[in-house]
Amino acid sequence: MIRSKKSLRGLAALVGVAALTLSACGSSNNDNKSTSGDSGSKSALCGKNLAFLGALTGSAGALGQNMVNGINLALKDYNAKNASCKVSLKTFDSQGSPDKAPALATQIINDDSIFGLIGPGFSGESLATGKTFFEAGLPSISPSATNVTITQQGWTTWHRVIGNDDAQGAADAKYLTSTAGAKKVYVIDDGQDYSKGLAGKVKSSLGSAAIGSDQITVGQTDMSAVVTKVKASGADAVFYGGYYTEAGLLAKQLRQGGFTGKFMSGDGAEDPNFVKVAGAQAANGALLSAPAGPAPSGFGATGLYATQAYDATNIFLAALKDGAKDSEAINKFIGSYTGDGASGPIAFDSHGDIKQSTIYVYKVANGTLDVDHPEAIK
Amino acid sequence: MDLGALFGNYNNFLDFTVGGLVFGAIYALIALGYTMVYGVLQLINFAHSEVVMYGTFAVAWTFVFFHGTGDASWSLGRALPILLVAVVAAMLMSGGIALLVERFAYRPLINRNAPKLIALISAIGASFALAEAMGLRDKFAKWFHLNEKLANYTSSPGSSGKAMGQARDVYSNPVSIQPHGLFHIGGYEVTDVDLLVIVAALVMMFALDSFVRRTKFGRGIRAVAQDPESAALMGVNSTRVVQVTFLVGGLMAGVAATLYMIKIGSTRQDAGFILGVKAFTAAVMGGIGNLRGALLGGLLLGVMENWGSAVFGSEWKDVVAFVLLVLILLVRPSGLLGEALGKARA
Amino acid sequence: MSTPSVSTAPESAQVRLGPMQRLGLWWDGVIDRFNALPRPSKVLLVTFFAVLVYALPLLRPPIITTDRIDFGGVMFACAAYALIALGLNIVIGYAGLLDLGYIGFYATGAYTTGVLTSYHWHWPFFLALPVAIGVTMLTGVILGAPTLRVRGDYLAIVTLGFGEIIRICVKNIGWLGASAGIKNINHPNSIGPAPKPPFDPGGLFAIPRLQWNGLVPSLDREHETHFLVFGARDAIPYYWLLLTALILVFLGDRLVKASRVGRAWEATREDEDAAELMGVPTFKYKLMAFALGAAIGGLSGAFYASSQSGYISPDSFLLPTSFLFVAAVIVGGSGNRWGAMVGGVLVAYIPERFRDFADYRLLVFGLALTTLAILRPEGLLPPRRTRRVKMLAAEIDELEGEGVVDG
Repeated sequence: MIRSKKSLRGLAALVGVAALTLSACGSSNNDNKSTSGDSGSKSALCGKNLAFLGALTGSAGALGQNMVNGINLALKDYNAKNASCKVSLKTFDSQGSPDKAPALATQIINDDSIFGLIGPGFSGESLATGKTFFEAGLPSISPSATNVTITQQGWTTWHRVIGNDDAQGAADAKYLTSTAGAKKVYVIDDGQDYSKGLAGKVKSSLGSAAIGSDQITVGQTDMSAVVTKVKASGADAVFYGGYYTEAGLLAKQLRQGGFTGKFMSGDGAEDPNFVKVAGAQAANGALLSAPAGPAPSGFGATGLYATQAYDATNIFLAALKDGAKDSEAINKFIGSYTGDGASGPIAFDSHGDIKQSTIYVYKVANGTLDVDHPEAIK
Repeated sequence: MDLGALFGNYNNFLDFTVGGLVFGAIYALIALGYTMVYGVLQLINFAHSEVVMYGTFAVAWTFVFFHGTGDASWSLGRALPILLVAVVAAMLMSGGIALLVERFAYRPLINRNAPKLIALISAIGASFALAEAMGLRDKFAKWFHLNEKLANYTSSPGSSGKAMGQARDVYSNPVSIQPHGLFHIGGYEVTDVDLLVIVAALVMMFALDSFVRRTKFGRGIRAVAQDPESAALMGVNSTRVVQVTFLVGGLMAGVAATLYMIKIGSTRQDAGFILGVKAFTAAVMGGIGNLRGALLGGLLLGVMENWGSAVFGSEWKDVVAFVLLVLILLVRPSGLLGEALGKARA
Repeated sequence: MSTPSVSTAPESAQVRLGPMQRLGLWWDGVIDRFNALPRPSKVLLVTFFAVLVYALPLLRPPIITTDRIDFGGVMFACAAYALIALGLNIVIGYAGLLDLGYIGFYATGAYTTGVLTSYHWHWPFFLALPVAIGVTMLTGVILGAPTLRVRGDYLAIVTLGFGEIIRICVKNIGWLGASAGIKNINHPNSIGPAPKPPFDPGGLFAIPRLQWNGLVPSLDREHETHFLVFGARDAIPYYWLLLTALILVFLGDRLVKASRVGRAWEATREDEDAAELMGVPTFKYKLMAFALGAAIGGLSGAFYASSQSGYISPDSFLLPTSFLFVAAVIVGGSGNRWGAMVGGVLVAYIPERFRDFADYRLLVFGLALTTLAILRPEGLLPPRRTRRVKMLAAEIDELEGEGVVDG
């Protein structure tokens, strides 16, 4: 009967809503293990949390997951060796969008158990939250935000363990013209902040060797127009600024279209997925640069930015071990830190940028991305 | 603005145009699904984009199933056996998802004569849910303790046989299909893949057209499109007609998905969205509810996107497409070929 | 056409009501009782609720507060979405125009503010605000003029296209910031001494918050809101400002709906041809609805631009968000301004409240949208007219014995 169905449905809806609400009532935060006992020699930070702010779901979610894997790896190693002074991770999912980031940032700075931030993951989020973290004095180390202007804002608590777009772009241009011997380079990017920054720097560094440029969109899969333009320009090399999916599709369709020149891209494409998307035949010979050296053998977390996140975490843990008790001390420690991380040597300049950033070129051969023997760009 | 890039060199012009026609044929096949549902129900089926997306995964999974995860590069002929299985799998998958959407997201609302706007919301919710479900497939596999066995289906297959990456990441067909040149038009070489896509789209469109014009089901569809109440009075089972409409749209989407995977080779859980918006635009351009209009609209959209990329730069591609849409609607408010599904044919 | 006297008391009709319909009737009853109160009581009640809503992010009631993301920030988003829903309700609910590209207006308001206060000039926020609204209104008129002649469903795709065109333009044009976006957008002027980070929070006085241990409240003196500082650490002053704007727009909406313009919209929505025949210049009024909706969207965008982060980028204005706005209005109750606001608040609030579901959040959201659409097609709080029509239809069904048409 219609009416009883209606009221049954309505009742079910109300019950459902009530159930949802009640089930979320007792919701707790992520693991927040606290230590037992408090001997005076232990740091005041034991049992506290590091935070991660970045994209864990959504279309860029894969990258955030990589970073969290790197962080958890570092924490696992540390907690195993320091059972009496454990540190945990609280994650904050911004979905890669700068919209949600400010409210999450406020949540982080109001959470007294968080003593450091690994992140934000992307440049947009960094620009949206940098002031908030700076005014609260919370130190942060980003594993992946490469926009050049972030470290020009005067936020002394903001650091990154990855070289910015300027460094990588200049090195890539140099490699293309000198080592790879390219004379006519076509530069393509996907319109995103990171991509435009990198490709723009490559273009300006190439000078007259850059014979044309185009901008595709993230999510675009049909590259036929760009391929035609590249062929028409007579280019002998293509540089792509962007991420591995579009890079792979571009490489594949370039080769299928008959392009025989060099294909180079930056760290956003330096991922085994590039080979999968392009197919081995098209991917072979591709040059993928990254401002990070090869991960140490046996490194447990794979994927783009995992080693950077691992290193960032270890810097915070080193600060803890060094006896830092509050944000100011941690920030000072970070500023003066030097060491060798899984991604390369780490030291920060006064703006928060990493001092030394050697750019490595990873090559694809025999259907695999060789992650162990890259060539350093001098 | 660089008109010379497009019209200066004959080979480039052909390149841009044929490339546009090929991808436009894929848009056209997807547009058929939108146009049929709109013709019968006056509803924009927002979930159709996910119907296509599931089809693309079905194709990739078929290849992983038969070939394994090793990387390979085959010609079209060599891939044909698995392709035939893949297209059937894609049609089954897309058709199945389309029927699911019809049953759960639309039928309750159609039966109650709900306003069209609310059906739109239901479709949008279904679209989100379906896309997310695909992105969460590794978690679902874990619930059933199948994550080890199904590792190659939930994440990008790794070259060493181990799965890497996550379910939300790009998922590639391990077999790349390499096009081979067949003949030349001027200086431009037409490849077998290009020909297959265009011919397949035309064949499917004619098949659909015959179905609608000559079979009993087709007559039922046209009757319901023209006047649902009279059709019901004449004994046409409108529920069944709606189901068939969705199913046929899904089958077209399955073929489109296969052609897409042949040409592009990778997919993601959000790959459907952009394709869907473009295909729907194409359907409106050609005249929504008009099957031939969907074909024309799709091909036109594909070509204009490429021409727009050539002249203005690829970043303005989508702007060109939408401006074209507005211009067409200003001159011909019902689309290029007008609405025709409900009109009587001689 | 006057509706027959369908009383709000369910006993006189022989219709058994579902819980949702009872909710609608109860809400009607509440409004009737409110209208029947003497003037001073009304004012008191309204003030009390207004104060409650303003104080909500400070009170942080236990079940409602979000513990994984700042509640003040969430309330700001709720108010922003409620304002957007109000504006979109004028376009969809009052005038009956399906607009799938409303986010374009939101972006126009935000970018105008950004360009005026930070990127090319350095105007103070309150000077840039009216210009942003004006520019967006103009954009609405320019977009509406060619497209409002097009049929209803086509309008949907055309507006979608315009939303995308605006986003792509701001993404590609360097003068508008391109993909890097615009940063350091001026906040509204603070009242009281300016903050000097990191230790001096500024402001005239500090308001503590409430923290709850189970059901026991206590004052949280460590995290306070400073009145009235528009800085980067606290979203609550922005929320207060936006809420004030929301109330003003709400009152304006009431005035417009009750006027001749509102009546013209209703006539156009129900039957455009009949309205034309009766002498209503439908095109002019449709354009007015579009422009007014655009203005409100621009207002909300301007507030968004100058909010806590002071940063906008093309990524904040993606197409799926447009769908969310439409969903908010329709699920809340298209044509009912309270319904639209409730829809906006829910759409902004629910995903943040259930962050614990993390990965499954969007899946559950999609399912909830479909389920809600199926269970309650007229929206949570449909306009009174719709409710009366449905009650009438249910009555007729009852009288005819389930109203099945035999073939």
